[in-house]
Amino acid sequence: MQPGEQRDEVEMLSLMLLIRRFEERASQQYQAQKIGGFCHLYIGQEAVVTGAVAAVRDDDYIITAYRDHAHALARGTSADACMAELFGKETGCSRGLGGSMHFFDRKNHMYGGHAIVAAHVPLAVGMAFAIKYRGEDRVTLCFFGDGAINQGAFHEALNLAALYRLPIVFICENNLFAMGTSVKRSTSLKQIVDRTEGYDIPGEIVDGMNFREVRDKIAEVVDSIRKEPHPAFLEARTYRYRGHSMSDPASYRTKEELEKYRLDDPITRLRAQLTREGKLTNEQFDRLDKQAKETVLVAVKFAEQSPQPPLEKLYDYTYADGAKP
Amino acid sequence: MREITYRQALNEALAEELERDPNVFLMGEEVAEYQGAYKVSQGLLQRFGPRRIIDTPISENGFAGLGVGAAMVGLRPIIEFMTFSFSLVAFDQVVNNAPNMFTMSGGQFNIPITFRGPNGPAHQLGATHSHATENFYASVPGLKVCTPATPRDAKGLLKTAVRDDNPVLVLEAELLYSSKGMVEPPDEELLIPLGKADVKREGSDVSVICYAQTVPLALKVAAQLEEEDISAEIVDLRSIKPLDEKAIFDSVTKTHRVVIVEQDHPFCGVGAEVCYRIQKNIFDALDAPIIRVSQEDVPMPYNERLEHAVLPNAEKLIAAVKQVCYA
Repeated sequence: MQPGEQRDEVEMLSLMLLIRRFEERASQQYQAQKIGGFCHLYIGQEAVVTGAVAAVRDDDYIITAYRDHAHALARGTSADACMAELFGKETGCSRGLGGSMHFFDRKNHMYGGHAIVAAHVPLAVGMAFAIKYRGEDRVTLCFFGDGAINQGAFHEALNLAALYRLPIVFICENNLFAMGTSVKRSTSLKQIVDRTEGYDIPGEIVDGMNFREVRDKIAEVVDSIRKEPHPAFLEARTYRYRGHSMSDPASYRTKEELEKYRLDDPITRLRAQLTREGKLTNEQFDRLDKQAKETVLVAVKFAEQSPQPPLEKLYDYTYADGAKP
Repeated sequence: MREITYRQALNEALAEELERDPNVFLMGEEVAEYQGAYKVSQGLLQRFGPRRIIDTPISENGFAGLGVGAAMVGLRPIIEFMTFSFSLVAFDQVVNNAPNMFTMSGGQFNIPITFRGPNGPAHQLGATHSHATENFYASVPGLKVCTPATPRDAKGLLKTAVRDDNPVLVLEAELLYSSKGMVEPPDEELLIPLGKADVKREGSDVSVICYAQTVPLALKVAAQLEEEDISAEIVDLRSIKPLDEKAIFDSVTKTHRVVIVEQDHPFCGVGAEVCYRIQKNIFDALDAPIIRVSQEDVPMPYNERLEHAVLPNAEKLIAAVKQVCYA
């Protein structure tokens, strides 16, 4: 995307549908034991990452934590490569060596997929450092959850970003729970965004269930950063409908709370906005949804039929020069 | 050749690599304005400016991670730890992020980063500041670890580390910063490959395998042993990982007796790995059991006499050599 250009909203709605249907199918494949390890679903939070990618250029850097399927899909990694990664296949976006929590896609500037809470926040600052070092006008978007804000790495990274005036947007996807611990039980502040005051970084709250609000706020912040590099912080208030991971029944919250957020669904909301404005018909929506479901089914088939990573390449991805100490 | 200190040799290596490659930068605590806690980076800020010689706050986890992130997008960071004892605060970045990235990304992101700084016990710094970290880090797949003992090796290994496309740890010897040695002139490119040991002294009765601060100790002991008609061959590993098996096996095949003198702790120490490889591959070459001389298995005491008792020292090494030689 070029500066000033707006991504088509119907296209972004279909991206949200792809993410939603991909994860629903991943959940089913996990239960069928086609996917191993941990599997953390993003369902409910789609407006955050789609809003963000709609606001930036394709060559801006994106990095996130372990709830990362959506971030790769939003950046343009194919559903085939994402599903194949979950299946641990060689055709996966990390050749089957990363798994659900470690999606990477260099070509699309998706820098992971990081599974140690907040450990990637310093990496994001390093990427922003490199942007400034080279005098480029890119921006780094660093996503993390509300659980990350109490880790030392997060605090050190924010201080460094502010100290060196680096072009980075810290995007806290506040879904109210760090695994099973609510923000109220983990964080001394009433509002997460207030963390940034300690680092003199401008911070704002956005409605993370509202695609347009996320997009417009990030566009505004990124525009300011491109003019003069500096860090910024957004707390996107959102909600995950599923548990922390596939093994979590989420008994720490009420059905009423979940229902309240489901009524505020980001896909339903953007669909209603577009329908009201005469930009989308019900038939069109159904067609987009059907396409998303088909793309995902094709991806499952692709993943199933893809080869395993070959045993004889086991040592090929430890050292870049193939060293075998 | 001219004689310079270990510290000057490292300084030259940094300056030459900064000069050669605009993607190289040096970052760490007190590296710029203060001119380096151990003066290794002296003059670099004046020569290369604040864009490339960067002071950090005391945030090892933060700036080590910053380096890894910068390396993901093509820079070649040199991250200085004021001591490797402080690298433990950044363990997650050095162990979990830097070496795992290439594998986890299916080969998309290699991390060409150098972590460097003094390592190993110095003098009466107590338990928190005396860590020898080589065995922790060498056990991590994806990392390379080298331990120069002379000015020449320090310069050549550091330059090679900066050019390596993987994370490399250059564990400098704190007590050797002021030691002197002969080094090629600055206009002569000096690169010493990782994974190549160096026979620092030839001998025929026993192989003394050493690295870093135990190299001068072994050389001193070898001179003493010569007076007692014991000829010790001193094999400086230089790199812990990759490990130069061939050099070790060549020496042991010649002498048939081995003492390993290491600066880390005995449990799962570097010597344990070297010992395993010798007995597995050239068991028949051995005429005596291998003996390891390491630190004692205790946190480092402050008291000078006790510290001396904990460290590998000449008395222990001489006793070990005599034991394997049945002398």
